[in-house]
Amino acid sequence: MKLNTNSNVYTIVYATIVVIIVAVLLALVSQVLSPRQAANVKLDQQKQMLVALNQELGADPAALYESLVRDTIDSENAKPGIFRFEVEGATKYVLRLHGAGLWGGIGGYIALDEDKNTIFGINFNHESETPGLGALIVEEPFRSQFIGKHIRNAEGEIVSVVVLKKGNQAENGEEQVDAVSGATITSTGVSDMLKANLCDEYKEFLTAEGDKQGDSLQTAEGDKPLEEEE
Amino acid sequence: MLSQKTKDTLLGPLNVNNPVVVQVLGICSALAVTVQLKPALVMGIAVTIIVAMANVIVSLIRNTIPMRIRIIIQLVVVAALVTLVSEVLKAFAYDVAMQLSVYLGLIITNCILMGRLEAFAMTNNAWDSFLDGLGNGFGYAIILIIVAFFRELLGSGALLGYQVIPDSWYAAGYENCGMMMMPAMALILVGCIIWAHRSINKEEK
Repeated sequence: MKLNTNSNVYTIVYATIVVIIVAVLLALVSQVLSPRQAANVKLDQQKQMLVALNQELGADPAALYESLVRDTIDSENAKPGIFRFEVEGATKYVLRLHGAGLWGGIGGYIALDEDKNTIFGINFNHESETPGLGALIVEEPFRSQFIGKHIRNAEGEIVSVVVLKKGNQAENGEEQVDAVSGATITSTGVSDMLKANLCDEYKEFLTAEGDKQGDSLQTAEGDKPLEEEE
Repeated sequence: MLSQKTKDTLLGPLNVNNPVVVQVLGICSALAVTVQLKPALVMGIAVTIIVAMANVIVSLIRNTIPMRIRIIIQLVVVAALVTLVSEVLKAFAYDVAMQLSVYLGLIITNCILMGRLEAFAMTNNAWDSFLDGLGNGFGYAIILIIVAFFRELLGSGALLGYQVIPDSWYAAGYENCGMMMMPAMALILVGCIIWAHRSINKEEK
């Protein structure tokens, strides 16, 4: 070796070259792979929505999604996402949920019947809830409790559905499901997430604009007696 | 075909010089990804690939690395490889990438990698370093797989996501061990493996 590998100049030049090579390499790979990655993220969201709609994923979830989805309202906006689906001839609305659990964020998708009241299905995801405890919110036994519950009270106001410890009674006449035992904070997080999203974020969609749309859909299809209580 | 030295380099880490149970390195990730078999397998493969490739690269450039910044150069090599693997996984195995999430990034801090680079690759040729990386990766993977096997079997009654405990057992009152889902049980299992491993090897000596 003619070069003195311990000199200051050599060290600085060496470090610079290494960093530049690595940076160029990573930038290239990221550029090449990013379309595939974006497609994967999209497919994952579609799968989650299909689970919320109680669909078997099957071999080709993307095709199934395309066959069911009708339009997306507000989907360009990252946070609130409203999707309209048609499942076996009936309109379903899927709303994206986001909230906080014990260790990190939780989210999910809730599917509502076209009366925007009855829960058709629901799906949750989480970043880092405790395995075997909080993480059980993604499992079928917890999720299936929500099916058929109503997010409005007898007066037609949106009150969401509360998650409560078994044996407790909801205070304001909301419909309720049982919490995951041993995972109080995650369960409360789910409850708060539903309340914040349904009563606040999607209020506009679920009430004012929704009534009009619900009416027009009802006359168009007319197969279900809807929104009688209003 | 293989000389005794290469054999030791490749196979030593599987047993007598295992990075996890003998050198007790890489425990953190061993606890985190062993709830199920599948992420443990992928983690094992990812670490094997990264440690082998990092060993080769560092070994090839070992004579040019300025001694004063050698650790930083090693880290840059490892970090670049980890980022590459995580990008590739996100593009081709999205589910797995999501399951491994932060732990994939934590490979950078896995002591096995830095240990092998500093102790082996800096002083050996590329081929030996490659074997050493493979050996240590497999040694790490094998412990992860053993731990994950027991945790998934006893904790969820399944292997690789397929239920193996028959429904009739559950009907008869068998219950999954919820403790197995907690990271603490992984530590206890690793402890049991170390215990068994040490007592067997003592007899040999």
